[in-house]
Amino acid sequence: MSLSQGKNTFQSRSRAAIEDPKLRANFLSAMDGLMSKRDQAFEDKAQLERLRILGAQVRQNALVKLPELLVELETKLTQKGVQVHWAQSPEEAVDIIKAISLNVGAKNIIKGKSMVSEEIHLNEKMAEIGVRCLESDLGEYIIQLAKETPSHIVMPAIHKNTAEIADLLHEKTGIERKEDAIYMTEQARLQLRKNFMAADIGLSGVNFAVAETGTLCLVENEGNGRLSTTVPKTHIAIMGIEKVVEKLEDVTPLLSLLTRSATGQAITTYFNMISGPRKENELDGPESVHLVLLDHGRTQMYQDDELLETLRCIRCAACMNHCPVYTRVGGHAYGFTYPGPIGKILMPHLEGLDETQALPTASSLCGACAEVCPVKIPIPDLLVRLREESNNENRQTSRVKGAGVKRHGIEPIIWSMWRWWHQGEKRYNFMTSMMAQFRFLQPKTLSPWTHYRSLPKLAKKTFHQQMKERQVRINRQAENLKATSKGEKL
Amino acid sequence: MSEAGATVVKLYPVKPAKVYVFGTCLVDLFYPESGMAGVMLLEHAGVDVVFPQAQTCCGQPAYTSGYKKEAREIALVQMGIFTEPYPLLIPSGSCGGMMKTHYPRLFEGTEHYEQAKAFSERIFELTDFLVNVCDLSLEDQGSKTTVALHTSCSSRREMKTTDSGKALLSQLRNVNVVEPEKATECCGFGGAFSVRHPEISNAMVQDKVSHLTSTGANSFLSSDCGCLMNIKGAAEKQQETKALRAGEHLLSFVARRAGLTIDDGVNL
Amino acid sequence: MTARSAILEKLTQAAKIRAGEGNKIPNRPDFCVMERDVMDLTSLCNQFETVISKVNGEVIRTSEENLVICIQQLLQDKQVKCLLLPSAHEFQETLAKSVEEILLYDREIEQWKDQLFNNIDASITSTLGGIAETGSLVLWPSLEEPRLMSLVPPIHIAILHKKDIQPTFWHFMKRHNWSQGMPTNALLISGPSKTADIEQTLAYGVHGPKELIVLLVE
Repeated sequence: MSLSQGKNTFQSRSRAAIEDPKLRANFLSAMDGLMSKRDQAFEDKAQLERLRILGAQVRQNALVKLPELLVELETKLTQKGVQVHWAQSPEEAVDIIKAISLNVGAKNIIKGKSMVSEEIHLNEKMAEIGVRCLESDLGEYIIQLAKETPSHIVMPAIHKNTAEIADLLHEKTGIERKEDAIYMTEQARLQLRKNFMAADIGLSGVNFAVAETGTLCLVENEGNGRLSTTVPKTHIAIMGIEKVVEKLEDVTPLLSLLTRSATGQAITTYFNMISGPRKENELDGPESVHLVLLDHGRTQMYQDDELLETLRCIRCAACMNHCPVYTRVGGHAYGFTYPGPIGKILMPHLEGLDETQALPTASSLCGACAEVCPVKIPIPDLLVRLREESNNENRQTSRVKGAGVKRHGIEPIIWSMWRWWHQGEKRYNFMTSMMAQFRFLQPKTLSPWTHYRSLPKLAKKTFHQQMKERQVRINRQAENLKATSKGEKL
Repeated sequence: MSEAGATVVKLYPVKPAKVYVFGTCLVDLFYPESGMAGVMLLEHAGVDVVFPQAQTCCGQPAYTSGYKKEAREIALVQMGIFTEPYPLLIPSGSCGGMMKTHYPRLFEGTEHYEQAKAFSERIFELTDFLVNVCDLSLEDQGSKTTVALHTSCSSRREMKTTDSGKALLSQLRNVNVVEPEKATECCGFGGAFSVRHPEISNAMVQDKVSHLTSTGANSFLSSDCGCLMNIKGAAEKQQETKALRAGEHLLSFVARRAGLTIDDGVNL
Repeated sequence: MTARSAILEKLTQAAKIRAGEGNKIPNRPDFCVMERDVMDLTSLCNQFETVISKVNGEVIRTSEENLVICIQQLLQDKQVKCLLLPSAHEFQETLAKSVEEILLYDREIEQWKDQLFNNIDASITSTLGGIAETGSLVLWPSLEEPRLMSLVPPIHIAILHKKDIQPTFWHFMKRHNWSQGMPTNALLISGPSKTADIEQTLAYGVHGPKELIVLLVE
């Protein structure tokens, strides 16, 4: 195998995660909880299926019309005084946000949860120009204090248990060490309130953007998203270009699917629909609102009918909650912003297959992810597609960045031999019957399989041989029968 | 977006006089008795089995490894062998899933697409076919026992035959069937996945072994040789309870319990 | 080339190829799955109460005549000292007797952030209506009732009229013709603020109100 055996690979990180019993226990219990909550939230499975079909249609419909819808969204938002910016790369997005910050003389940014801001590594980039970004979602706040990245796209601090968080908050913020989630939540509220008041800019993500009305929708439970988008004088929203939907009513099935798939909630505490900055006479809300539209590999997926389906994602995380691999290795092992099944089909487009080649291979293709996906993304098929792209001989013609990265070494030769072996009846039967005949030569170990498992024993006779001999016996019996009956007649 | 709805309507033919059986590589090399058991059961139900010797592999190993061209060529060979309009039965959910759901994708945009689609419509999992088409009646010859059933992901999610194993076993009145905790979770095999990511695969199969062990069953059954090889192999390596090491293919178990002698020619 | 035109060009090119391959632009999807069996207002009311109660929202049923008394009683029970009201609120004078201090949201947020964040115990807002299936309140903050009224004070008291409850969010937006125009901010509120970010333990009042009390006027 042509896998790099370096220290910081997916393989090494996942191995380390598997050997960490505390981490595995944290993920196991969290994912079990999330799976059962989702299951309870969708009592009526036939209704769920109909809703999933509608969800997938609404997203697919929006993607087919994406260029027009983006222009419509921009027009509607601009009419209401929202400034729309476009960025092809994370660098461009960061530059836009830096420019806005410099323009308003910002020192502090308070952030609502935004995976796109993680994608562009905003916090560290803003620190370069002396602007401090503070996460206000409790989970994000915790991992920011721990100088970590989210291990889950909905529950960023899910890899930590209460005791670990108690240690962290005690050490970093000086509060009393109490293993009490309610106490710690109250302390975080007090610590963060001052920061909402002092922030110059509030930054948020976007769950859905409605072209028809020019509306940015945010889904949240804590209220930090509302505070971030209401208290500071400037609000910057950032989203991937795929997040737009055509009509306002399109958000209703998606919202219902999103919250139930994610956390089993019928709805989150807040569904916040923003359609513009503070109007004259209004007493609160940001005076200026900016929307940053980010490409970062999304137009690459858009070029291909099959890969396009990746863009239907509404970031509910049900795929990772139900993934037997994610449950065992956790989010950090993946090494990229989006972990789990969706990460495996998304990150290769964002970072290139050359950087992410292990991701599409890290799946047994069990299909649990596609089964729960609220917008019916065929994740296993897309994983296979990316495996094909990794082996693509014609890397120039492929639309996927980094395609053909694995087209070297012995693997393609092995598969050519495999093909030759299975193409002909005689050679196949010769080889398999030889294997059966010389089964005593079968090795006892075949790494890495036998590291954890014994090898099954080759049968004395292959199925082909047994069926052939059986046919011979049946034919002989038939002949004998014919001969006997002939004899009787004589 | 091809999925039609929650309740998948599966169409079955009326009981035919003849069927094709596709052996699969793992049955061919390691578990021929399960293939033979399938043949016995079909014949017991009054259906003749045709087994073309030219068949080799469905192409799944190459397909899931991302070698589409190689997989396509092997798939084309198989499609050229089973030319009569008989149903084609597979004693394995994953090879069945390959031929039923992935052949059309494999040939999308090629001249063979229609052929692949028509071919895929003739594919059935052998157990499912016995239950839903063959009108099989079995007499249990064995003593009381409890078995744990592991249904593979491909049977469950690709072939939609989740209940057929249980239905077939229900014909055996002395057999009590139990399901392990987290029955829907993958055993960790996944073909090349098990050797590319051995630690993750092992973590998965260890949990599967422990859930199967906790059922307290006398043995475990699966209709998928990949899962069987994986779970049995892990149990053997770990010296887990005898029950798991005695795991076998569902069809071999059913044929034996029903008193069908498997004339495998081995001891002749 | 600007980022805008580069992105749009890539998308438009691909969309053109797609259309050229005969992939028609799909029709608007059928939303019939969002339809519900017709329910009378009382059933909707009951459903609303059941669902919002599950997420710690408190519902007090009252009538138009008893509303003021009900609020007075509530303010007393919750020991509210400082109450935030919309500017020019009809109950302003009546409620003045029930609390130590009444503040009106009549200035821009920048002028009194500290006071708003630190001194207020409760606020009262109206609602545009409710949603039965998800136990949600619908709010359109306005000049009189700005956005932060329902967010910053620890107790949020919301007045909901029974007649304004709709089965689902989809019904609500259709009924009120939202697609024709949205205000700068519209909200669905379904219970007090909460989080489960610490090992999935539910904790209320993380950033927004710790208590949400719905006065359901029948």
